[in-house]
Amino acid sequence: MSMTEHAVDDLLHRLNVAAKAIGRDVAFMEVCGTHTTSAFRCGLPSVTPSNVRLISGPGCPVCVTSQGDIDRLIDLGLRQDVILCTYGDMLRVPGKQGTLEAARARGGNIEIVYSSMDAVKLARQKPGQEVVFAAVGFETTAPATAAAICEAQRLNVSNFSVLASHKRIIPAMRALLAGGEIPAIKGFLCPGHVSVIIGSEVYAPIVKEFGVSCVIGGFEPAQLIAALVCLTELVVNNKTALVNQYPEAVHKKGNRWALALLEQIFEPGDARWRGMGSIPDSGLVLRREYQRFDAALRFNLPEPQEREPKGCICGKVISGAALPVQCKLFGKSCTPISPIGPCMVSSEGTCSAWFKYGNFRQAALPRRQEKELLEVQS
Amino acid sequence: MCLAVPAKLIEQDGHHGVVDMHGNRLPVNTMMTPDAQSGDWILIHAGFAIERLDPEEARKTWALIADVQQAGGERAAQEPPQQGRSSEPSTTPGGML
Ligand code: SF4
Repeated sequence: MSMTEHAVDDLLHRLNVAAKAIGRDVAFMEVCGTHTTSAFRCGLPSVTPSNVRLISGPGCPVCVTSQGDIDRLIDLGLRQDVILCTYGDMLRVPGKQGTLEAARARGGNIEIVYSSMDAVKLARQKPGQEVVFAAVGFETTAPATAAAICEAQRLNVSNFSVLASHKRIIPAMRALLAGGEIPAIKGFLCPGHVSVIIGSEVYAPIVKEFGVSCVIGGFEPAQLIAALVCLTELVVNNKTALVNQYPEAVHKKGNRWALALLEQIFEPGDARWRGMGSIPDSGLVLRREYQRFDAALRFNLPEPQEREPKGCICGKVISGAALPVQCKLFGKSCTPISPIGPCMVSSEGTCSAWFKYGNFRQAALPRRQEKELLEVQS
Repeated sequence: MCLAVPAKLIEQDGHHGVVDMHGNRLPVNTMMTPDAQSGDWILIHAGFAIERLDPEEARKTWALIADVQQAGGERAAQEPPQQGRSSEPSTTPGGML
Protein backbone atom coordinates (compact mmCIF):
# COMPACT_ATOMS: atom_id res chain seq x y z
CA MET A 1 0.00 0.00 0.00
CA SER A 2 1.41 3.39 -0.95
CA MET A 3 1.93 6.30 1.39
CA THR A 4 -1.07 8.13 -0.02
CA GLU A 5 -3.34 5.12 0.32
CA HIS A 6 -2.23 4.84 3.93
CA ALA A 7 -2.94 8.52 4.44
CA VAL A 8 -6.39 8.20 2.82
CA ASP A 9 -7.26 5.15 4.94
CA ASP A 10 -6.12 6.94 8.04
CA LEU A 11 -8.05 10.06 7.19
CA LEU A 12 -11.23 8.13 6.43
CA HIS A 13 -10.93 6.36 9.73
CA ARG A 14 -10.63 9.68 11.54
CA LEU A 15 -13.56 11.07 9.58
CA ASN A 16 -15.69 8.16 10.71
CA VAL A 17 -14.63 8.53 14.32
CA ALA A 18 -15.40 12.25 14.27
CA ALA A 19 -18.73 11.72 12.50
CA LYS A 20 -19.74 9.16 15.10
CA ALA A 21 -18.76 11.54 17.89
CA ILE A 22 -21.06 14.21 16.44
CA GLY A 23 -23.92 11.73 16.21
CA ARG A 24 -26.21 14.01 14.18
CA ASP A 25 -26.34 15.37 10.64
CA VAL A 26 -23.73 17.95 9.81
CA ALA A 27 -23.23 19.82 6.52
CA PHE A 28 -20.35 21.72 4.98
CA MET A 29 -20.25 23.60 1.71
CA GLU A 30 -17.65 23.82 -1.01
CA VAL A 31 -17.71 26.84 -3.29
CA CYS A 32 -15.39 25.78 -6.09
CA GLY A 33 -16.32 23.94 -9.27
CA THR A 34 -12.95 22.23 -9.32
CA HIS A 35 -13.63 20.89 -5.81
CA THR A 36 -17.05 19.65 -6.97
CA THR A 37 -15.53 17.75 -9.85
CA SER A 38 -12.59 16.35 -7.86
CA ALA A 39 -14.88 15.23 -5.02
CA PHE A 40 -17.26 13.37 -7.31
CA ARG A 41 -14.50 11.95 -9.49
CA CYS A 42 -12.80 10.30 -6.54
CA GLY A 43 -16.10 9.03 -5.18
CA LEU A 44 -16.00 11.12 -2.03
CA PRO A 45 -19.79 11.11 -1.45
CA SER A 46 -19.79 7.32 -1.28
CA VAL A 47 -17.05 7.10 1.35
CA THR A 48 -18.12 9.92 3.65
CA PRO A 49 -20.09 8.89 6.73
CA SER A 50 -23.84 9.18 6.14
CA ASN A 51 -24.32 12.02 8.61
CA VAL A 52 -21.62 14.22 7.02
CA ARG A 53 -22.60 16.07 3.87
CA LEU A 54 -20.56 18.23 1.53
CA ILE A 55 -22.98 20.51 -0.34
CA SER A 56 -21.96 22.21 -3.58
CA GLY A 57 -22.41 25.96 -3.49
CA PRO A 58 -21.92 28.70 -6.07
CA GLY A 59 -18.49 27.63 -7.27
CA CYS A 60 -18.91 27.01 -10.98
CA PRO A 61 -18.24 30.29 -12.83
CA VAL A 62 -20.27 29.28 -15.86
CA CYS A 63 -23.23 28.28 -13.67
CA VAL A 64 -23.30 31.45 -11.59
CA THR A 65 -23.27 33.73 -14.64
CA SER A 66 -26.75 35.20 -14.85
CA GLN A 67 -28.95 34.25 -17.78
CA GLY A 68 -29.15 37.91 -18.81
CA ASP A 69 -25.35 38.11 -19.04
CA ILE A 70 -25.27 34.94 -21.12
CA ASP A 71 -27.95 36.28 -23.47
CA ARG A 72 -25.91 39.46 -23.94
CA LEU A 73 -22.83 37.42 -24.75
CA ILE A 74 -24.61 35.38 -27.37
CA ASP A 75 -26.16 38.52 -28.91
CA LEU A 76 -22.63 39.91 -29.25
CA GLY A 77 -21.39 36.65 -30.73
CA LEU A 78 -23.98 36.89 -33.48
CA ARG A 79 -22.91 40.38 -34.58
CA GLN A 80 -21.02 40.38 -37.83
CA ASP A 81 -18.76 43.26 -36.77
CA VAL A 82 -17.52 41.42 -33.67
CA ILE A 83 -15.08 38.59 -33.05
CA LEU A 84 -16.03 37.14 -29.68
CA CYS A 85 -13.22 35.41 -27.80
CA THR A 86 -14.28 33.04 -25.05
CA TYR A 87 -12.91 30.30 -22.83
CA GLY A 88 -14.24 26.96 -24.08
CA ASP A 89 -16.39 26.45 -20.97
CA MET A 90 -18.98 29.02 -22.12
CA LEU A 91 -19.58 27.55 -25.56
CA ARG A 92 -22.56 25.32 -24.83
CA VAL A 93 -24.54 27.40 -22.34
CA PRO A 94 -27.99 28.05 -23.80
CA GLY A 95 -29.28 31.61 -24.13
CA LYS A 96 -32.46 32.90 -25.69
CA GLN A 97 -30.79 32.85 -29.12
CA GLY A 98 -29.25 29.38 -28.67
CA THR A 99 -25.68 28.66 -27.60
CA LEU A 100 -22.42 30.28 -28.66
CA GLU A 101 -21.64 27.02 -30.40
CA ALA A 102 -24.84 27.36 -32.44
CA ALA A 103 -24.10 31.03 -33.06
CA ARG A 104 -20.76 29.96 -34.50
CA ALA A 105 -22.46 27.45 -36.77
CA ARG A 106 -24.72 30.28 -37.93
CA GLY A 107 -21.71 32.34 -38.98
CA GLY A 108 -20.88 34.15 -35.74
CA ASN A 109 -17.16 34.89 -35.35
CA ILE A 110 -16.46 33.03 -32.15
CA GLU A 111 -12.93 32.12 -31.16
CA ILE A 112 -12.02 29.85 -28.28
CA VAL A 113 -8.99 31.17 -26.47
CA TYR A 114 -6.76 29.57 -23.89
CA SER A 115 -5.68 32.89 -22.42
CA SER A 116 -7.05 36.43 -22.33
CA MET A 117 -3.78 37.55 -23.95
CA ASP A 118 -4.70 35.59 -27.10
CA ALA A 119 -7.67 37.92 -27.53
CA VAL A 120 -5.42 40.99 -27.41
CA LYS A 121 -3.10 39.35 -29.92
CA LEU A 122 -6.03 38.67 -32.24
CA ALA A 123 -7.20 42.28 -31.98
CA ARG A 124 -3.74 43.43 -33.08
CA GLN A 125 -3.78 41.02 -36.00
CA LYS A 126 -7.22 42.22 -37.13
CA PRO A 127 -7.23 45.98 -36.64
CA GLY A 128 -10.31 46.38 -38.85
CA GLN A 129 -12.52 44.26 -36.56
CA GLU A 130 -13.79 44.60 -33.02
CA VAL A 131 -12.51 41.86 -30.71
CA VAL A 132 -14.49 41.27 -27.50
CA PHE A 133 -13.23 39.02 -24.71
CA ALA A 134 -15.92 37.21 -22.69
CA ALA A 135 -14.54 37.67 -19.20
CA VAL A 136 -16.12 35.23 -16.75
CA GLY A 137 -14.67 33.60 -13.68
CA PHE A 138 -13.81 34.14 -10.05
CA GLU A 139 -10.73 35.83 -8.63
CA THR A 140 -8.51 33.07 -10.03
CA THR A 141 -9.38 34.14 -13.56
CA ALA A 142 -10.03 37.87 -13.20
CA PRO A 143 -6.34 38.92 -12.95
CA ALA A 144 -5.80 37.46 -16.43
CA THR A 145 -8.52 39.80 -17.73
CA ALA A 146 -6.90 42.71 -15.94
CA ALA A 147 -3.55 41.78 -17.48
CA ALA A 148 -5.10 41.74 -20.97
CA ILE A 149 -6.61 45.20 -20.46
CA CYS A 150 -3.23 46.50 -19.25
CA GLU A 151 -1.62 45.06 -22.34
CA ALA A 152 -4.25 46.57 -24.65
CA GLN A 153 -3.72 49.94 -22.95
CA ARG A 154 0.07 49.71 -23.21
CA LEU A 155 -0.03 48.82 -26.91
CA ASN A 156 -2.93 51.19 -27.58
CA VAL A 157 -5.14 48.47 -29.06
CA SER A 158 -8.36 50.36 -29.68
CA ASN A 159 -10.42 47.50 -31.16
CA PHE A 160 -10.24 45.36 -28.00
CA SER A 161 -12.86 45.30 -25.25
CA VAL A 162 -14.20 42.95 -22.58
CA LEU A 163 -17.68 41.95 -21.53
CA ALA A 164 -16.92 41.34 -17.89
CA SER A 165 -19.03 39.35 -15.45
CA HIS A 166 -16.32 38.39 -12.98
CA LYS A 167 -17.40 37.33 -9.51
CA ARG A 168 -15.94 37.66 -6.02
CA ILE A 169 -16.52 34.68 -3.76
CA ILE A 170 -16.53 36.25 -0.29
CA PRO A 171 -19.59 38.49 -0.81
CA ALA A 172 -21.41 35.42 -2.18
CA MET A 173 -20.49 33.35 0.88
CA ARG A 174 -21.75 36.16 3.08
CA ALA A 175 -24.99 36.46 1.11
CA LEU A 176 -25.58 32.72 1.46
CA LEU A 177 -24.98 32.77 5.20
CA ALA A 178 -27.10 35.86 5.72
CA GLY A 179 -29.91 34.68 3.42
CA GLY A 180 -30.74 31.63 5.47
CA GLU A 181 -32.09 29.72 2.47
CA ILE A 182 -29.49 27.01 2.60
CA PRO A 183 -29.38 24.18 5.13
CA ALA A 184 -27.41 25.26 8.18
CA ILE A 185 -23.77 24.64 7.40
CA LYS A 186 -20.99 24.36 9.94
CA GLY A 187 -18.18 25.32 7.64
CA PHE A 188 -16.86 26.04 4.19
CA LEU A 189 -14.31 24.11 2.20
CA CYS A 190 -12.77 27.25 0.70
CA PRO A 191 -11.61 27.33 -2.91
CA GLY A 192 -7.91 26.56 -3.28
CA HIS A 193 -7.08 28.55 -6.37
CA VAL A 194 -9.28 31.55 -5.63
CA SER A 195 -7.44 31.66 -2.30
CA VAL A 196 -4.09 31.65 -4.12
CA ILE A 197 -5.09 35.10 -5.35
CA ILE A 198 -7.12 36.55 -2.45
CA GLY A 199 -5.14 34.96 0.39
CA SER A 200 -6.29 33.14 3.50
CA GLU A 201 -6.84 35.91 6.01
CA VAL A 202 -9.82 37.40 4.13
CA TYR A 203 -11.95 34.53 5.43
CA ALA A 204 -11.31 35.43 9.08
CA PRO A 205 -14.25 37.89 9.36
CA ILE A 206 -16.64 35.20 8.07
CA VAL A 207 -15.45 32.77 10.75
CA LYS A 208 -15.87 35.41 13.40
CA GLU A 209 -19.20 36.91 12.34
CA PHE A 210 -21.07 33.79 11.30
CA GLY A 211 -19.49 31.16 13.54
CA VAL A 212 -18.63 28.80 10.69
CA SER A 213 -15.21 27.33 10.02
CA CYS A 214 -13.28 28.01 6.83
CA VAL A 215 -10.81 25.38 5.65
CA ILE A 216 -8.80 26.10 2.51
CA GLY A 217 -8.13 22.81 0.78
CA GLY A 218 -6.26 21.35 -2.16
CA PHE A 219 -7.70 19.16 -4.88
CA GLU A 220 -6.16 15.72 -4.45
CA PRO A 221 -8.44 13.07 -2.91
CA ALA A 222 -6.35 12.96 0.27
CA GLN A 223 -6.40 16.75 0.52
CA LEU A 224 -10.18 16.82 0.11
CA ILE A 225 -10.68 14.20 2.79
CA ALA A 226 -8.18 15.98 5.05
CA ALA A 227 -10.26 19.14 4.73
CA LEU A 228 -13.42 17.21 5.64
CA VAL A 229 -11.63 15.63 8.61
CA CYS A 230 -10.53 19.06 9.76
CA LEU A 231 -14.05 20.54 9.41
CA THR A 232 -15.64 17.58 11.17
CA GLU A 233 -13.12 17.44 14.02
CA LEU A 234 -13.68 21.16 14.59
CA VAL A 235 -17.38 20.44 15.11
CA VAL A 236 -16.51 17.63 17.53
CA ASN A 237 -14.31 20.01 19.50
CA ASN A 238 -16.99 22.69 19.41
CA LYS A 239 -14.64 25.11 17.70
CA THR A 240 -14.69 27.35 14.68
CA ALA A 241 -11.46 28.15 12.91
CA LEU A 242 -9.76 29.33 9.80
CA VAL A 243 -7.36 26.67 8.57
CA ASN A 244 -5.10 26.80 5.54
CA GLN A 245 -4.43 23.28 4.36
CA TYR A 246 -2.98 24.42 1.04
CA PRO A 247 -0.05 26.57 2.22
CA GLU A 248 2.27 25.45 -0.56
CA ALA A 249 0.27 27.79 -2.80
CA VAL A 250 -1.91 29.95 -0.55
CA HIS A 251 -0.41 32.72 1.55
CA LYS A 252 -2.00 34.96 4.14
CA LYS A 253 -2.24 37.95 1.84
CA GLY A 254 -2.61 36.09 -1.46
CA ASN A 255 -0.69 36.99 -4.59
CA ARG A 256 0.13 40.68 -4.29
CA TRP A 257 1.00 41.13 -7.97
CA ALA A 258 -2.29 39.61 -9.09
CA LEU A 259 -4.19 41.69 -6.53
CA ALA A 260 -2.39 44.84 -7.69
CA LEU A 261 -3.45 44.12 -11.27
CA LEU A 262 -7.07 43.65 -10.16
CA GLU A 263 -6.93 46.83 -8.12
CA GLN A 264 -5.53 48.83 -11.02
CA ILE A 265 -8.24 47.83 -13.51
CA PHE A 266 -11.34 46.94 -11.48
CA GLU A 267 -13.27 48.04 -8.44
CA PRO A 268 -15.84 45.99 -6.53
CA GLY A 269 -19.40 46.51 -7.73
CA ASP A 270 -22.78 44.82 -7.59
CA ALA A 271 -23.13 41.70 -9.71
CA ARG A 272 -26.04 39.55 -10.82
CA TRP A 273 -25.82 35.86 -9.93
CA ARG A 274 -28.01 33.17 -11.37
CA GLY A 275 -30.71 32.35 -8.86
CA MET A 276 -29.17 34.57 -6.18
CA GLY A 277 -30.01 37.95 -7.67
CA SER A 278 -27.82 41.00 -7.35
CA ILE A 279 -25.25 40.79 -4.55
CA PRO A 280 -23.54 44.00 -3.42
CA ASP A 281 -19.81 44.20 -4.14
CA SER A 282 -19.75 40.65 -5.49
CA GLY A 283 -18.53 41.67 -8.93
CA LEU A 284 -15.68 43.55 -10.51
CA VAL A 285 -16.44 46.61 -12.63
CA LEU A 286 -13.95 48.49 -14.76
CA ARG A 287 -12.55 51.63 -13.18
CA ARG A 288 -13.46 54.88 -14.89
CA GLU A 289 -9.99 55.19 -16.50
CA TYR A 290 -10.47 51.86 -18.26
CA GLN A 291 -14.11 52.15 -19.27
CA ARG A 292 -13.15 52.53 -22.90
CA PHE A 293 -12.48 48.77 -22.78
CA ASP A 294 -16.02 48.01 -21.59
CA ALA A 295 -17.87 46.18 -24.38
CA ALA A 296 -21.27 46.92 -22.79
CA LEU A 297 -20.60 50.65 -23.19
CA ARG A 298 -18.86 50.38 -26.56
CA PHE A 299 -21.77 48.50 -28.13
CA ASN A 300 -24.41 50.23 -26.07
CA LEU A 301 -25.82 46.89 -24.90
CA PRO A 302 -29.25 47.02 -23.28
CA GLU A 303 -29.63 46.07 -19.60
CA PRO A 304 -29.77 42.27 -19.35
CA GLN A 305 -33.20 40.74 -18.79
CA GLU A 306 -33.13 38.10 -16.06
CA ARG A 307 -35.02 34.89 -16.65
CA GLU A 308 -34.47 31.15 -16.06
CA PRO A 309 -34.87 28.31 -18.57
CA LYS A 310 -38.36 26.91 -18.00
CA GLY A 311 -38.46 24.27 -15.27
CA CYS A 312 -34.73 24.62 -14.48
CA ILE A 313 -33.89 25.08 -10.81
CA CYS A 314 -30.18 25.83 -11.36
CA GLY A 315 -30.53 28.93 -9.20
CA LYS A 316 -31.47 26.77 -6.22
CA VAL A 317 -28.86 24.13 -7.03
CA ILE A 318 -26.16 26.79 -7.14
CA SER A 319 -27.03 28.19 -3.75
CA GLY A 320 -27.18 24.73 -2.19
CA ALA A 321 -30.93 25.03 -1.55
CA ALA A 322 -31.84 22.10 -3.81
CA LEU A 323 -30.16 18.97 -5.11
CA PRO A 324 -30.07 18.20 -8.84
CA VAL A 325 -32.34 15.18 -8.39
CA GLN A 326 -35.01 17.52 -7.05
CA CYS A 327 -35.29 19.06 -10.52
CA LYS A 328 -38.06 17.44 -12.55
CA LEU A 329 -35.95 17.71 -15.71
CA PHE A 330 -32.83 16.07 -14.26
CA GLY A 331 -31.81 13.03 -16.30
CA LYS A 332 -35.00 13.26 -18.34
CA SER A 333 -35.09 16.19 -20.73
CA CYS A 334 -31.90 17.60 -19.21
CA THR A 335 -28.73 15.54 -19.69
CA PRO A 336 -25.13 16.45 -20.57
CA ILE A 337 -25.98 15.69 -24.22
CA SER A 338 -28.91 18.09 -24.34
CA PRO A 339 -28.47 20.31 -21.30
CA ILE A 340 -31.15 22.81 -20.32
CA GLY A 341 -29.38 24.76 -17.61
CA PRO A 342 -25.71 25.68 -17.08
CA CYS A 343 -25.34 23.32 -14.12
CA MET A 344 -25.66 20.47 -16.62
CA VAL A 345 -23.64 22.13 -19.39
CA SER A 346 -20.52 22.87 -17.46
CA SER A 347 -18.30 19.94 -16.58
CA GLU A 348 -17.95 21.65 -13.19
CA GLY A 349 -21.70 22.03 -12.74
CA THR A 350 -23.38 20.19 -9.88
CA CYS A 351 -26.06 18.64 -12.13
CA SER A 352 -23.43 17.36 -14.52
CA ALA A 353 -21.41 15.83 -11.67
CA TRP A 354 -24.54 14.14 -10.25
CA PHE A 355 -25.49 12.82 -13.65
CA LYS A 356 -22.04 11.42 -14.43
CA TYR A 357 -21.29 9.99 -11.01
CA GLY A 358 -24.89 9.25 -10.09
CA ASN A 359 -24.18 5.86 -8.54
CA PHE A 360 -22.92 7.63 -5.49
CA ARG A 361 -25.88 9.84 -5.01
CA GLN A 362 -28.03 7.71 -2.76
CA ALA A 363 -25.06 7.17 -0.48
CA ALA A 364 -24.59 10.93 -0.42
CA LEU A 365 -28.01 11.56 1.06
CA PRO A 366 -28.64 11.29 4.74
CA ARG A 367 -31.75 9.31 5.43
CA ARG A 368 -33.91 12.25 6.42
CA GLN A 369 -33.15 14.02 3.19
CA GLU A 370 -33.94 10.94 1.13
CA LYS A 371 -37.39 11.04 2.68
CA GLU A 372 -37.80 14.75 1.88
CA LEU A 373 -36.69 14.02 -1.65
CA LEU A 374 -39.29 11.37 -2.16
CA GLU A 375 -41.87 13.82 -0.91
CA VAL A 376 -40.71 16.46 -3.39
CA GLN A 377 -40.77 14.00 -6.26
CA SER A 378 -44.13 12.45 -5.50
CA MET B 1 -12.66 26.79 -14.56
CA CYS B 2 -10.48 27.61 -11.57
CA LEU B 3 -8.36 24.62 -12.44
CA ALA B 4 -4.67 25.37 -12.13
CA VAL B 5 -1.96 22.90 -12.97
CA PRO B 6 1.57 22.66 -11.60
CA ALA B 7 4.51 22.72 -14.00
CA LYS B 8 8.23 23.38 -13.84
CA LEU B 9 9.52 26.71 -15.10
CA ILE B 10 12.46 26.05 -17.40
CA GLU B 11 13.05 29.44 -19.00
CA GLN B 12 12.36 32.96 -17.90
CA ASP B 13 12.79 36.29 -19.71
CA GLY B 14 10.85 39.26 -18.40
CA HIS B 15 7.20 38.21 -18.30
CA HIS B 16 7.77 35.42 -20.76
CA GLY B 17 8.39 32.03 -19.28
CA VAL B 18 8.50 28.53 -20.67
CA VAL B 19 7.32 25.54 -18.65
CA ASP B 20 7.83 21.87 -19.07
CA MET B 21 4.46 20.15 -19.04
CA HIS B 22 4.76 16.38 -19.38
CA GLY B 23 7.70 16.85 -21.72
CA ASN B 24 6.07 19.64 -23.77
CA ARG B 25 7.37 23.17 -23.78
CA LEU B 26 4.59 25.68 -23.18
CA PRO B 27 4.77 29.45 -22.96
CA VAL B 28 3.50 31.03 -19.77
CA ASN B 29 3.08 34.63 -18.68
CA THR B 30 4.93 35.21 -15.41
CA MET B 31 3.89 38.79 -14.62
CA MET B 32 2.08 37.58 -11.46
CA THR B 33 5.09 35.61 -10.24
CA PRO B 34 8.02 37.95 -10.92
CA ASP B 35 10.06 36.23 -8.22
CA ALA B 36 9.85 32.81 -9.89
CA GLN B 37 13.08 31.43 -11.28
CA SER B 38 13.98 28.64 -13.65
CA GLY B 39 13.62 25.36 -11.83
CA ASP B 40 10.71 26.55 -9.67
CA TRP B 41 7.39 24.74 -9.70
CA ILE B 42 4.54 27.09 -10.54
CA LEU B 43 0.75 26.86 -10.75
CA ILE B 44 -0.63 27.76 -14.17
CA HIS B 45 -4.10 29.05 -14.89
CA ALA B 46 -5.30 30.35 -18.28
CA GLY B 47 -1.77 30.90 -19.55
CA PHE B 48 -0.55 32.75 -16.45
CA ALA B 49 1.62 31.57 -13.62
CA ILE B 50 -0.49 32.44 -10.56
CA GLU B 51 1.84 31.29 -7.79
CA ARG B 52 5.09 29.60 -7.00
CA LEU B 53 4.63 26.26 -5.26
CA ASP B 54 6.64 25.88 -2.12
CA PRO B 55 7.79 22.25 -1.89
CA GLU B 56 8.81 22.66 1.76
CA GLU B 57 5.30 23.86 2.70
CA ALA B 58 3.78 21.00 0.72
CA ARG B 59 5.88 18.53 2.67
CA LYS B 60 4.96 20.18 5.97
CA THR B 61 1.25 20.15 5.14
CA TRP B 62 1.29 16.44 4.53
CA ALA B 63 3.21 15.84 7.70
CA LEU B 64 0.69 17.95 9.58
CA ILE B 65 -2.29 16.25 8.01
CA ALA B 66 -0.85 12.87 8.94
CA ASP B 67 0.57 13.50 12.40
CA VAL B 68 -0.16 16.70 14.17
CA GLN B 69 -3.91 16.70 13.73
CA GLN B 70 -3.87 13.28 15.29
CA ALA B 71 -2.09 14.85 18.24
CA GLY B 72 -4.69 17.62 18.12
CA GLY B 73 -7.44 15.02 18.36
CA GLU B 74 -5.80 13.43 21.39
CA ARG B 75 -5.32 16.78 23.06
CA ALA B 76 -8.89 17.74 22.38
CA ALA B 77 -10.00 14.52 24.02
CA GLN B 78 -8.23 15.55 27.22
CA GLU B 79 -9.72 19.03 27.25
CA PRO B 80 -13.36 19.43 28.18
CA PRO B 81 -15.28 20.63 25.12
CA GLN B 82 -15.94 24.35 25.19
CA GLN B 83 -19.46 25.54 25.62
CA GLY B 84 -20.63 27.56 22.64
CA ARG B 85 -18.24 28.63 19.97
CA SER B 86 -15.07 30.53 20.63
CA SER B 87 -15.44 34.18 19.75
CA GLU B 88 -12.05 34.48 18.09
CA PRO B 89 -11.17 32.37 15.07
CA SER B 90 -8.71 29.93 16.53
CA THR B 91 -6.29 27.82 14.61
CA THR B 92 -6.07 24.09 14.74
CA PRO B 93 -2.78 22.26 14.58
CA GLY B 94 -3.34 21.87 10.84
CA GLY B 95 -3.59 25.62 10.44
CA MET B 96 -0.81 27.77 9.13
CA LEU B 97 -2.24 31.11 10.15
S1 SF4 C 1 -31.11 19.24 -14.12
FE1 SF4 C 1 -30.95 20.64 -15.85
S2 SF4 C 1 -32.80 21.85 -15.79
FE2 SF4 C 1 -32.62 20.86 -13.79
S3 SF4 C 1 -31.52 22.34 -12.51
FE3 SF4 C 1 -29.97 21.02 -13.41
S4 SF4 C 1 -29.35 22.09 -15.28
FE4 SF4 C 1 -31.29 23.02 -14.63
